Amino acid sequence: MIGIRIQKKLQLADQATELQVDINLPKGKITALSGKSGAGKTSLLKMIAGLMKPDEGLITSGDETWLDTSAGIDMPPQKRKLAFVFQDYALFPNMTVEGNLRYAAGKSVDEKLIRHLLEITQLSGFKKVKPLQLSGGQQQRLALARALAQQPDLLLMDEPLSALDLEARQQLQQELLLLHREFKFTAILVSHDISEISILASKVIQLANGRVAAFGTIEELFGSPDRNTLKLTGRVIGVEEQWLIVLVNQQVVRLKKQNQNYQLGESISVQINPDLLQY
Amino acid sequence: MGIDLQPLWLTFKLAFITTLCLLVLGIPVAALLAKSKSRLKPFAEALIGLPLVLPPSVLGFYLLLILSPTGWLGSFLQQYFNLRLVFTFPGLVVGSVIYSLPFMIHPIQGGLQNLPKSLKEASWTMGHSKLVTFFKVQLPNIQSALLTGIVLTFAHTLGEFGLVLMIGGSIPKVTKVASIAIYNETEALNFSAAHTYSGILLVISFTILLLVYLMNRRVGRGRLAI
Repeated sequence: MIGIRIQKKLQLADQATELQVDINLPKGKITALSGKSGAGKTSLLKMIAGLMKPDEGLITSGDETWLDTSAGIDMPPQKRKLAFVFQDYALFPNMTVEGNLRYAAGKSVDEKLIRHLLEITQLSGFKKVKPLQLSGGQQQRLALARALAQQPDLLLMDEPLSALDLEARQQLQQELLLLHREFKFTAILVSHDISEISILASKVIQLANGRVAAFGTIEELFGSPDRNTLKLTGRVIGVEEQWLIVLVNQQVVRLKKQNQNYQLGESISVQINPDLLQY
Repeated sequence: MGIDLQPLWLTFKLAFITTLCLLVLGIPVAALLAKSKSRLKPFAEALIGLPLVLPPSVLGFYLLLILSPTGWLGSFLQQYFNLRLVFTFPGLVVGSVIYSLPFMIHPIQGGLQNLPKSLKEASWTMGHSKLVTFFKVQLPNIQSALLTGIVLTFAHTLGEFGLVLMIGGSIPKVTKVASIAIYNETEALNFSAAHTYSGILLVISFTILLLVYLMNRRVGRGRLAI
């Protein structure tokens, strides 16, 4: 289990906020971290990784103490057994695909693991290629493979799929799920996408203004109170005399107006009667 | 009468040694400046940038005062190391290193600052020390900045005149570099020799710069960052 208790005064989104987090991550599971931009997600990851110094805190991984400000312990990032998948992937342009994996694996290179990672990420044919010549999806796969080559106790992923288009994103989500089934890594995944979170994560931390606003399972946080209705959120993209044009889940639908006060861009909640649901 | 090629040879020797010294000196200084958040940083940057705006003769004048056997540094070096820097080749190297300092440091510092922070952070979380990260991740990814620094330093030293004249004088085979020889030959109305020196310097300088721009184009994202 990984315990994280952190406190830090931050200048987030142009206002001073105090980031205050106290959570325990379940071992072998992916925990999603969501929240508006400026909520402190990236800062939290950086403090866990030792790339930013919290004012006060205690971070433990199993029997190891990574940080204990009261005892003056602050392990450098080099000593913490974790891997970080950056939003921009941070692949080393001067090294080949294989070189990136080997550099990440360090001195104790596990040849079998490297070969296996290249295979499951479909990068075996690109071993000698430099990362900049890969497609977006391939770069993202390499970033994941490289992180796993480190055999980390904790994997931190900062919106790893946000730069990809929808199709590549959905495919990568499936692949990430398969990788997780195989390697059973403990991870924090920063994501805003509820579908992505529900596919990959077992628990969700919701961060708002530097505080943990909610911490629980997907059902607890996103499930509807009445399990039999389906609630969707849509955005008004057109207003006609009798109708509203609403974008729901990448689909445009026409809904009958219930009153006159609708504005373009407004979010509305759409409910579907369970009797009408077809699948 | 054949033309004495000694000044040209001396010029290239000076440029080569100066570039080498500045590479060794410039990389750590640029790295320090790139990561420094100190309040003194602007002072260091202004000091290093001085040769960009100061007339070389001003720099040469002060160096002459400091380094001459009656100056404080000159007398110290003379007394304890039996080293004389004015009107000698080593003195020219010292002067050139100072004179070309910004041409080496600015591109390297800029290159390092433009690298995404995530690259070094990724390397640290992989267990690699800051030093290993610097040599294996940061430096290899600023190749075009390094190349720019090397070439600009070399080319800038080729074009040195005022500073060399002040602290080196015009001693044949010791401190008489091509730019000074051109001045001397022109003054003596010996235009053919001046033509030869000037032409060779022009062609070589142009070729060097052309090569850099061609190479940077091939690299793709490179541009001369001065």
